[in-house]
Amino acid sequence: MAKVLVVTSGKGGVGKTTSTAALGAALAQTGKRVAVIDFDVGLRNLDLVMGAERRVVFDLINVTQGVAKLSQALIRDKRVDTLFLLPASQTRDKDALTEEGVARVIEELREKFDYVLCDSPAGIERGAQLAMRFADEAVIVTNPEVSSVRDSDRIIGLLDSRTLRAEHGQNITKYILVTRYDAARAARGEMLNIDDVLDILSTPLLGIIPESEGVLRASNVGSPVTLNEPTNAAARAYIDAARRLEGEDVPIVLPVHRRGLLDRMFGRRAA
Amino acid sequence: MTLFDFFKRRDSAPVARERLQVLLAYERNNRNQPDLVAVLRAEIMAVIIKHVQIEQDDVRVSMDRGDTMSTLEIDIHIPNAGAATGAAPAF
Repeated sequence: MAKVLVVTSGKGGVGKTTSTAALGAALAQTGKRVAVIDFDVGLRNLDLVMGAERRVVFDLINVTQGVAKLSQALIRDKRVDTLFLLPASQTRDKDALTEEGVARVIEELREKFDYVLCDSPAGIERGAQLAMRFADEAVIVTNPEVSSVRDSDRIIGLLDSRTLRAEHGQNITKYILVTRYDAARAARGEMLNIDDVLDILSTPLLGIIPESEGVLRASNVGSPVTLNEPTNAAARAYIDAARRLEGEDVPIVLPVHRRGLLDRMFGRRAA
Repeated sequence: MTLFDFFKRRDSAPVARERLQVLLAYERNNRNQPDLVAVLRAEIMAVIIKHVQIEQDDVRVSMDRGDTMSTLEIDIHIPNAGAATGAAPAF
């Protein structure tokens, strides 16, 4: 019986799709059967980030409407054979997604997989609410930046009120995944530090993904960063985060910033 | 910007932290309110702001739902003219 996770954020562009692909691939590499679903109807991108854009035949809406079977729509990853993608529709209207339809698909996926990762669209509208609706756990992707933190707070409110688990009085496990963290800027007091973010959102931390050029290189070639450059700092942080999702006790190491000569001369310490 | 300003530049992260804490305390409070309260608050605010410059936090609307009767509490803080324009208070 699978664990259903939603990867969400409220704000766009913080790294939901990148994180879904990276965490999904990292989990699948440990031998777990993983399905990643793109809920961004009309603006799908998970297929592109995972390098499967030319293999899409059927999509999530086709399956919810019974036009295609789940097994026909699922795309098996060419690198990791326990990783599957269910793409979003690029042409359909987002209203074509119904709660009953999504419920049926998630139910069927639960039986066949160990993990189901739902990549939420940005915003707090219907698509985002359907992506989180059936989740057991939520990964809230947050940049150390005021608008992202504010939107994460809003999403936490929705997770605690609009998910099926919340409506049944059950807890939904929530984690913050801080992405695009720049240790040097945080050390200079120019960027919210991890403690600030966690303190404000009062939600536990799943991991800290440092700002890294490897992330863009990976999406350029259509491969999750955890597969494309497994030794890259961001990839290692994602792999550690995936192990924490598995329940492993992996200590979180704050990315360090080595102070250069100029920093020593002019640098300020974090407040 | 003079060279002196460059060295004096204040860390911006603590400012971000403080702004977020104030804003989110306010938003969390409003989030759990019934829609009616949010609508009333927005409309009251719109009327007042035509005449006096106030900020979001200056209008507080809350509703206490009782079994037989509910009470609506509206608390509006209007800054004095001097304070509103940033002039030094007269002593």
